[in-house]
Amino acid sequence: MAEIDATMTSEIVAQYGGKPELLVQILQTIVTRYGWIPEATVRQLALELNLSRADVHGVVQYYHDFRTTAPGRHIVKICQAEACQAMGSRELTDHARRILTMELHETENDITLEPVYCLGNCACSPAVMIDGKTYGRVDEARFNALLDDMRATD
Amino acid sequence: MARTKIFVPRETAAISLGADEVALAIATTAKRSGIDIELIRNGSWGASWLEPMVEVEVDGARIAYGNVSVADVGGMFAADFSSGGKHERRLGPVLEIPYLIDQDRWTFWRCGLVDPLSIDDFQAHSGFKALQKAFADGPDAVIAAVADSGLRGRGGAGFPTGIKWRTVADAAADQKYIACNADEGDSGTFSDRILMEGDPFALLESMAIAGFAVGASKGYIYLRSEYPLAHSILARSIATARAAGWLGPNIQDSGFDFDIDLHLGAGSYVCGEETAMLESLEGKKGIVRYKPPLPAHEGLFGKPTVVNNVVTLASVPNIINLGGERYAGMGVNRSKGTLAFQLAGNIKRGGLVEKSFGITLRELIEDWGGGTASGRPVRAVQVGGPLGAYLTTEQLDTPLDYEAFVEIGAMIGHGGIVVFDDTVNMAQQARFAMEFCAIESCGKCTPCRIGSIRGVEVIERMIAGENREDNYDLLVELCDTMEDASLCAMGGMTPYPVRSILKYFAEDFASSDKA
Repeated sequence: MAEIDATMTSEIVAQYGGKPELLVQILQTIVTRYGWIPEATVRQLALELNLSRADVHGVVQYYHDFRTTAPGRHIVKICQAEACQAMGSRELTDHARRILTMELHETENDITLEPVYCLGNCACSPAVMIDGKTYGRVDEARFNALLDDMRATD
Repeated sequence: MARTKIFVPRETAAISLGADEVALAIATTAKRSGIDIELIRNGSWGASWLEPMVEVEVDGARIAYGNVSVADVGGMFAADFSSGGKHERRLGPVLEIPYLIDQDRWTFWRCGLVDPLSIDDFQAHSGFKALQKAFADGPDAVIAAVADSGLRGRGGAGFPTGIKWRTVADAAADQKYIACNADEGDSGTFSDRILMEGDPFALLESMAIAGFAVGASKGYIYLRSEYPLAHSILARSIATARAAGWLGPNIQDSGFDFDIDLHLGAGSYVCGEETAMLESLEGKKGIVRYKPPLPAHEGLFGKPTVVNNVVTLASVPNIINLGGERYAGMGVNRSKGTLAFQLAGNIKRGGLVEKSFGITLRELIEDWGGGTASGRPVRAVQVGGPLGAYLTTEQLDTPLDYEAFVEIGAMIGHGGIVVFDDTVNMAQQARFAMEFCAIESCGKCTPCRIGSIRGVEVIERMIAGENREDNYDLLVELCDTMEDASLCAMGGMTPYPVRSILKYFAEDFASSDKA
């Protein structure tokens, strides 16, 4: 994933008409395309949207989606909510931490492991999202296979 | 010979179990076999446990094949699947599947049936008829029909929709808004998603009807970012509707202007609370507002705003087409009409079941759900999302009725039903209720922001067996404070699951002594 630069930031702001009330949409677009929001981008957005840096910083800090550090090439999210808990998501998460040798919210070996609270796939729990795609009925063996498929795309 | 129509859902649950790969395998196998097919990516009928469920149209009837994997496709074609041939995956005509026929499909009737991205298919199935009828009948008649129907907010709060629309219609303002809450964050719920992925034009039509009724020219859909497929389907549908003149200025020469912007959330649960959602739509942190003023008076950008859940809105077209009395004729007491119940968690046959209010949890879990997926006994059922109480098996005969649930200290909420088997540790579930509140609290009010953190600590001490009786009293007092003094349901209802566990599953705190 390329890192966002000042030109790209300006282009996205322009795409949203430079409207400060679209800040959440602008940040979501940046995160979707570039994975995270660097501090320089926060400063630039404040300037271009005529908001204070504190305003932009506050919004970035508030929402779970708005990462402030670069994620790995792959993002693995495991649902931690009740329907998935009922089908063993806690054990699946432990398994993921073990085989990826990292904790939730960490990035290692170009993989970022994150919790998510509901993917809306609650009839096919436990659910996992890998690089934006949702998978259902993920047991340990299926999780391992999905990781293999994910790595095969490198 | 006419092309054979084959349906493979383009819907998150189906795709999460391999529907895209199955669709590709069907297309390539058909081509190789010289069979001329038209592959339609429909929505889901809601029987998630049968996904990917493939259908083939034979002599006008649609024959279903359930739980199809890529490995099945070759054998299915060999068994003359394209003519509805016998195969172990064959379920028979889709409209004879017991899970589906015994429902009261008022709001979800087009889901699974139509091609979600085809506006022609939508119109061939009564699409936009209600909007045209609304134009003919006038705003007052629309609001009267909605009021007569007894429809209440399906997002969870259950506020009468007709009263909300009347309030906004009566408000004098230069601009009003329709804000559709599609931030379906409760675990165990996916009905908004199934509707948006399976019948997106229905939502657009419903929002236009709401706009016409109250005098709003602009609508917003606030969609959670965890639903990327719904996002792309809605975005395409909005563009299609605009191009066809069903959104935008002077819709179908009615003189009525209405357009919709699609906004994405950013992973905040509390943005499903209506005032936090409005803040987020304004580009700010999703922090809850004080009420009053109600959004119906001062909502988005300070203007009168109808905030309605996806399912609430999508229930309206048939109320216009068939009359409010028809809808009010279903259900029980003050819970009129239908609700799309969602069977989730440890359940054998999970999915969406749209039924009239009054059905019991036991009927849903046993007759539709078939018990647990693990085959073990049911121990607890959480209804209404993370802020809903955990019920015991003795409480499963409570009829699904908003007021009956309030009487037992529970809530129906958005209709999510999460089943747990007897391996669940309820002390851990109590801890999670507080932890989730701590993670998702917007931070505005102290009982929620601090109370949830203290709640986790107190429960951890109870689990560890420290001064269990004192900590029990402390936890009850903390629940009282959160319930009485929080600004919104996040802090105010987090005590519901906790209290229900203290009341009915307290033995799980004692049993954790061994750990």
